[in-house]
Amino acid sequence: MSEQRVAGTAPLIQARGLTKRFGTFTAVDAVDFDVQPGEAFGFLGPNGAGKTSTMRMIGCTSPISDGTLLVLGMDPRTEGAKIRGRLGVVPQQDTLDNELTVRENLIIYGRYFGFSRPECARRADELLEFVQLTDRGKDLVEPLSGGMKRRLTIARSLINEPDLMLLDEPTTGLDPQARHLVWDRLYRLKQRGVTLVLTTHYMDEAEQLCDRLVVMDKAKIVAEGSPRQLIERYSTREVAEFRFPAGVQETLDGQFEGLGSRIEKLPDRVLAYADDGEAVVIAARERGLHPETVLVRRSTLEDVFLRLTGRSLIE
Amino acid sequence: MTALRITPLFAFGSRRSLHMIERNLLVYRHGWLMLLSGFFEPLFYLLSIGFGLGKLVGDVNGPGGQLISYTLFVAPALLAASSMNGAISESTFNFFFKLNYDKTFASILTTPMSPADIALGELGWALMRGALYTVGFIAVMFVLGLVRSPLIFLTLPGALLIGFAFAAVGMAATSFMRSWQDFDLIQLVILPMFLFSGTFFPLDAMPDAVRLLIQLTPLYHGVELLRELSLGVVGPDILVHVGYLAAMGLLGFTVVAGRLDKLLLK
Repeated sequence: MSEQRVAGTAPLIQARGLTKRFGTFTAVDAVDFDVQPGEAFGFLGPNGAGKTSTMRMIGCTSPISDGTLLVLGMDPRTEGAKIRGRLGVVPQQDTLDNELTVRENLIIYGRYFGFSRPECARRADELLEFVQLTDRGKDLVEPLSGGMKRRLTIARSLINEPDLMLLDEPTTGLDPQARHLVWDRLYRLKQRGVTLVLTTHYMDEAEQLCDRLVVMDKAKIVAEGSPRQLIERYSTREVAEFRFPAGVQETLDGQFEGLGSRIEKLPDRVLAYADDGEAVVIAARERGLHPETVLVRRSTLEDVFLRLTGRSLIE
Repeated sequence: MTALRITPLFAFGSRRSLHMIERNLLVYRHGWLMLLSGFFEPLFYLLSIGFGLGKLVGDVNGPGGQLISYTLFVAPALLAASSMNGAISESTFNFFFKLNYDKTFASILTTPMSPADIALGELGWALMRGALYTVGFIAVMFVLGLVRSPLIFLTLPGALLIGFAFAAVGMAATSFMRSWQDFDLIQLVILPMFLFSGTFFPLDAMPDAVRLLIQLTPLYHGVELLRELSLGVVGPDILVHVGYLAAMGLLGFTVVAGRLDKLLLK
């Protein structure tokens, strides 16, 4: 496969029947997807769904077992180094070089891409500014907080000014404040036209960042669309959540039938899907149900996932 | 990466591997004292065994059969042994740690660097450190009046060849290791070689069968090579020593080249 310039509407990533097997275990089972230039594309799914394996194949650090994959118009099997030169990768676990300082981490990483030392130094200072770590530049990596390490990892992935960023669970394990800071930086990158591909099992993250996403479960893609499309297609506008005192929920078999368009029973609560949640709550009271707490909220991707797989995302 | 499988030997890795060396230089800028340990190891052996034990032993038969002081006999052997030890610790324990626990390699692989670049860079770095220690050791030999021939300078490439041979085979062996326990096997091979390869006493003290066995092991060839060079007594057998070590290094490298992709790119 010779290099072909990515132009116009040619997808940055094109996967057909993409498969990853480890021995007899199939981690990714014949998935098809396209990622267009400039979009933020998400892989949503629980742990073990095959998201990371897919990301690693796109990142050319894991050979594909079957199917075809084109990244930036090139074949990872023959042009891995060339592709990696134009990617920015934020792995699931921080892989910062603990023996070096914050600034050195950026500089040496730029060197791996073959940029000159002064150029690396210039970019490192710029990126430290971007992720608000300028005053920590001379510190070693180890004492940094989780949020700071994540930001440094993001800065590191930007050292080669990538056309495509791969972010594997970019905010897992961060506190809310740190997550918002990361989201804000990613949003700025998106506005600059950088294509983002991310995996997450956080609904809010997918809703905040992704233009389009695929839902993965058990190595397969089970749905695809924008967050709004997915909610419209697989859920109702609103959800009423009923929570009962311990032991009561099990005694209520059948009493929810007909409330809303669909009922979902979770271990700790009952969900009733309807376009008008308030009406469902009133109807439930009329049936003599006395939940401990009631919550009416808008449908989220969590509900979509529950509908598609029968399981919650984070177990 | 396909190219790598076709040309495993000399085209192994690329100029990018130099960035690995650059990375290690950066690391050692923070803790350059760590560099010194490798210099003191052979020096302490030389002082205790060469000078201490040497007083009790008297003269021994050197290469070519002439009588030399025990210190002269043991000094180049200690250099050979420490080249081996340095290469082995770098290519086994340290390499295994970086492969499996340290995420540094994983992060480098997301750049255009290939597993071969990393391996070659790490090997180059180990050899650079080895060169530094060797130069230091030769300087000490000068100071202690243990230099007999200008050929002593050739012990530098000689020591590097030993380092290359053991590091390549060490990396190849490590690529098959599954746990830390497996490293006991390496010690089981290295320690007797260190003690019996003509390092501390001439082989003519040995029964014929044992001597033949020892002559098949790599450290024997390393010890003989450096001893001949440092004393300036070089015979045609030097070609055997050089050939043995070079072949061993290239063989080890071919094995590790074929396995690194599998180990790192899962």
